[in-house]
Amino acid sequence: MATSPPKSSARPEAVQGNPPAGAGTPLDFPLGDFVYAAAPEATDHVVIADRYDLFIGGRKTPPLSGRHLPTLNPATEEPLAEVADGGAADVDRAVQAALAAYPRWSRLPGSHRGRHLFRIARIVQERARELAVLETLNGGKPIRESRDFDVPTAAQHFFYHAGWADKLEFAFANGRGRSLGVVGAIIPWNFPLLMLAWKIAPALATGNTVVLKPAETTPLTALLFAEICSQAGLPDGVVNIVTGGPETGAALVRHPGLAKVAFTGSTAVGKEIQRTLAGSGKRLSLELGGKAAHVVFDDAPLDQAVEGVVNGIFFNQGHVCCAGSRLLLQESIAEPFLRRLKLRMSRLRLGDPLDKNTDIGAINSKPQLEKIRELVASGVAEGSHIYQPRCALPERGYWFPPTLFTGVAPAHRIAREEIFGPVLAVLTFRTAAEAVARANNTRYGLSAGVWTTKGSRILWMSERMRAGVVWANTYNQFDAASPFGGFAESGFGREGGIQGLREYLEFA
Amino acid sequence: MTIPAVLKTPKLYLDGAFVRSESGRVYQPEGQVNVPRASRKDLRDAVRAARSAQPGWASRTAYNRGQVIYRVAEMVEASREELGRALGGGRRARLELDASLDALVFFAGLADKIAQLGGSVNGVAGPYFNFSMPEPSGVVFVVAGERRPFSPLVTHLAAAICSGNTAIALVSQTEPLAGLLLGQALQTGDVPRGTVGLLSGLGEEILPWVGSHRDISLIDCCGCQAQQWRSLAEAASDGVTRVVAPETSDVPLSPRLALEMTELKTVWHPVGI
Amino acid sequence: MPISKSAVAISHCLDPITSLDVVGVEARARLLASRSIKRRSKVFAINLAISCIDLTSLEGSDTAGRVAILCAKAMNPVPGDPSVPRVAAVCVYPAQAPSAARLLNGSGVNVAAVATGFPSGQVPREVKIEEARIAATTAQEIDMVIDRGAFLEGRHREVRSEIEAVKEAVGDRHLKVILETGELGGMDQVRRASWLAMEAGADFIKTSTGKIQPAATLPVAVVMMEAIRDFAWATGREVGFKPAGGIRTSKQAISYLVAVNEILGSGWLRPGRFRLGASSLLNDVLMQLYKERSGGYQSPEEFSEA
Repeated sequence: MATSPPKSSARPEAVQGNPPAGAGTPLDFPLGDFVYAAAPEATDHVVIADRYDLFIGGRKTPPLSGRHLPTLNPATEEPLAEVADGGAADVDRAVQAALAAYPRWSRLPGSHRGRHLFRIARIVQERARELAVLETLNGGKPIRESRDFDVPTAAQHFFYHAGWADKLEFAFANGRGRSLGVVGAIIPWNFPLLMLAWKIAPALATGNTVVLKPAETTPLTALLFAEICSQAGLPDGVVNIVTGGPETGAALVRHPGLAKVAFTGSTAVGKEIQRTLAGSGKRLSLELGGKAAHVVFDDAPLDQAVEGVVNGIFFNQGHVCCAGSRLLLQESIAEPFLRRLKLRMSRLRLGDPLDKNTDIGAINSKPQLEKIRELVASGVAEGSHIYQPRCALPERGYWFPPTLFTGVAPAHRIAREEIFGPVLAVLTFRTAAEAVARANNTRYGLSAGVWTTKGSRILWMSERMRAGVVWANTYNQFDAASPFGGFAESGFGREGGIQGLREYLEFA
Repeated sequence: MTIPAVLKTPKLYLDGAFVRSESGRVYQPEGQVNVPRASRKDLRDAVRAARSAQPGWASRTAYNRGQVIYRVAEMVEASREELGRALGGGRRARLELDASLDALVFFAGLADKIAQLGGSVNGVAGPYFNFSMPEPSGVVFVVAGERRPFSPLVTHLAAAICSGNTAIALVSQTEPLAGLLLGQALQTGDVPRGTVGLLSGLGEEILPWVGSHRDISLIDCCGCQAQQWRSLAEAASDGVTRVVAPETSDVPLSPRLALEMTELKTVWHPVGI
Repeated sequence: MPISKSAVAISHCLDPITSLDVVGVEARARLLASRSIKRRSKVFAINLAISCIDLTSLEGSDTAGRVAILCAKAMNPVPGDPSVPRVAAVCVYPAQAPSAARLLNGSGVNVAAVATGFPSGQVPREVKIEEARIAATTAQEIDMVIDRGAFLEGRHREVRSEIEAVKEAVGDRHLKVILETGELGGMDQVRRASWLAMEAGADFIKTSTGKIQPAATLPVAVVMMEAIRDFAWATGREVGFKPAGGIRTSKQAISYLVAVNEILGSGWLRPGRFRLGASSLLNDVLMQLYKERSGGYQSPEEFSEA
């Protein structure tokens, strides 16, 4: 169980990120003197204002609420800027601006909307490094991930949906469909820019206008995106950004001017929104939590499966709704797999998110860290065996080491509740049928993984696992062309692909 | 006193480079300008380059192909003036350029959607997973024709290559200059060498060799007159080469233009523990 | 280091891996290649890389004069700068091994001779064994090639027995077994060839002859090193790894060191367990070393020929 962080070791360069030199013989494969010096990404080209206002009707505008709140760097707990805290009146202004922009935007030829989106995509690519650095500073995720995954994938979403704007008449058997109106989009803190792209790109391509409420702790890339919209010449009011906390989001959901709410976040809040909108006639899509089963058969390509499992739970510190948080290992392969998994975990580098060699960054916020600690403590208390590779945690900031629990029973809290942290619970199974039953034994249904070299088994498992996304012999693959979304309490609706467009259209 | 301008020599665009015809011949369709008169050997070389480039182009991600085509659009937009002059200026030139840009942007955005639009998962009556996916035909030859000097050329080339085909086009015989200038946009747009070839010259000299060429997978007769089309289709039958019919009037942009230059592959796999 | 017959018997054990996923292997290689090794860690890596180089010349046109230049560079990469380590070995054809051995005697730089019909191996078995035996009289290390024809025909037992016969012929000399991964047809085959070479007694497994493309690549290195790790787990015997061919830049060399570090750990980061087969790499690495020291980009003319 994680306690207070140990003191930094004597060698200054040895602290940040480098797993400590190991004891033992060469056959333990310990690390030694080859220590990686700090390799920080340059940040001097990124300008962060002291204070940010709202973005409404194509203009920066101070909040009527008069309130600004600090936003932090979770790796240092230092404030980065002050950001507007929009109240109900601010939400109303934003929705009015989106309503005003809607008639003209929705009647534009699709090819013109497409050209606006292509421009946005290009500018996201041009300012990619700036966006990546900002995402890392504000959210805590490693720069390698924001640079190599978040930003390019966000750009791809804009490119992809730009290409649908002039092709809607060909997309569906039942005609072109009509746009809905104003979309209220509420997004989480784990992939701030990417979640913004997942909502805004399809909404705009199909002729809707948007009011976006970024997550409370990660507003900065959304505010830089507002600048990008202006740079791209996007007509005023098509995209509006209202920053703030849970009340801001609630005000947006309740606003009568919305035609649709698109929400990604916790299952608890998703249920609230569904309750609020019941019978209102507003369209709703929900992308909620998960407790994905990651199934490994004894004929799996072992090292690649280890890599997939590591990526599945430690990518983005496990702050991923589709994280492979339950490893289901076939008993016949459990020991060799775990041996390789633990060796691999000993190579993970935790530390400064701006360091290009960091694998595991900061936990996004203090409340999230407390939640992870609480669930990990429950795991120990309920009798599972905890393993954490030796890992020096920096003194300031929110950190949690990569953690593995073996001897986990399906009834344990760590096997049932979403932890949303770098914590993997390992269960075992004997047969494929048992694996399916154990995998499906959850109220969630967002994603699942299966590792086996047998093609027919991949297809058999995929048919039976109740999850909206199944990854076979890979994990955490995302593409704008591939529909993403969950079953059951992981939400409804799909994002990406031709199917994702349906969420933003109505068909007569 | 006017300074003598530095005049540009029009050239063929072949295997990523600008060359004269290997025959050295030229003709003068538009006033005083000497335009390359491509020979059957130029055609042979263009097909060789296209065939060589095809596997690499097809193995790129569809997203990447779309990005390359979009970059070509950026280059065409940036050279509006030069292209407009080559098209004789005025309203007609402007409309041709607008249509060409619309086509480039359309097909750039189509590349990563062809699979969903032309493919399917099929519900067969057995324990099998069965899916169909469109694949590029191979090397496509486009006859741009005389009806319009630029936009059909651009449209059909973009439609051909967005799915992974490589393509060679015979540009308009009477107004070849803008078509040849497209080569500049292709090269500066980072289209890999051999992916697109542009030939200028006489249809009566080149097309017989196109019809009989066994390494051309598909002939797009969009700009052909009836007799040319018939001759090409007859010659193509010797190799079961696919032939796409002429367009006699403006056709709206549609995924069909790209899909008709693909082949459909269907795959079966059993489902079981 | 000679291994006993009983150790060889133990080595004939089942490889736990039958199949790899090449997309996953390539993804892991990309992740390893993305490590940013700067400043002090770059200097550490460069010095380690130099000390692990097998400085190579394998041309039909090699002469005693050429070999003399090679050996001088090997013993003293930067004349006048004793802080730069010497390389691990010089790698030459068997005909050049005697003159190399004379020049390098007592220097601490070994002579490695290729043998067994290098590079193609398309030579009668008796000739291969005899060549290896003769080479072992002057060279401390022998780099042999496996019979790829036999491997591709599925005659794996013959491939293995040939390696065992060569191992016996070279006695206590250090045997590196070249798989020629570019000819094997895929990662599963690379794994299988790695395993059987280790079972047969290889002291090192080596990627390539450097005479065909593709030669060493980082994904192939990942597969071979994971095989080495698993073999060590199964038998307790540590086999070394040598990527060769196409490694020209310091950045490439460092990415191999990162891979060794993260897959096999510090026990393999030394010349006894890791070599880089290269020729032009040495000067690129020296240029990088001097850039780190001085802060400015170097010119190739600053350094003597390799």
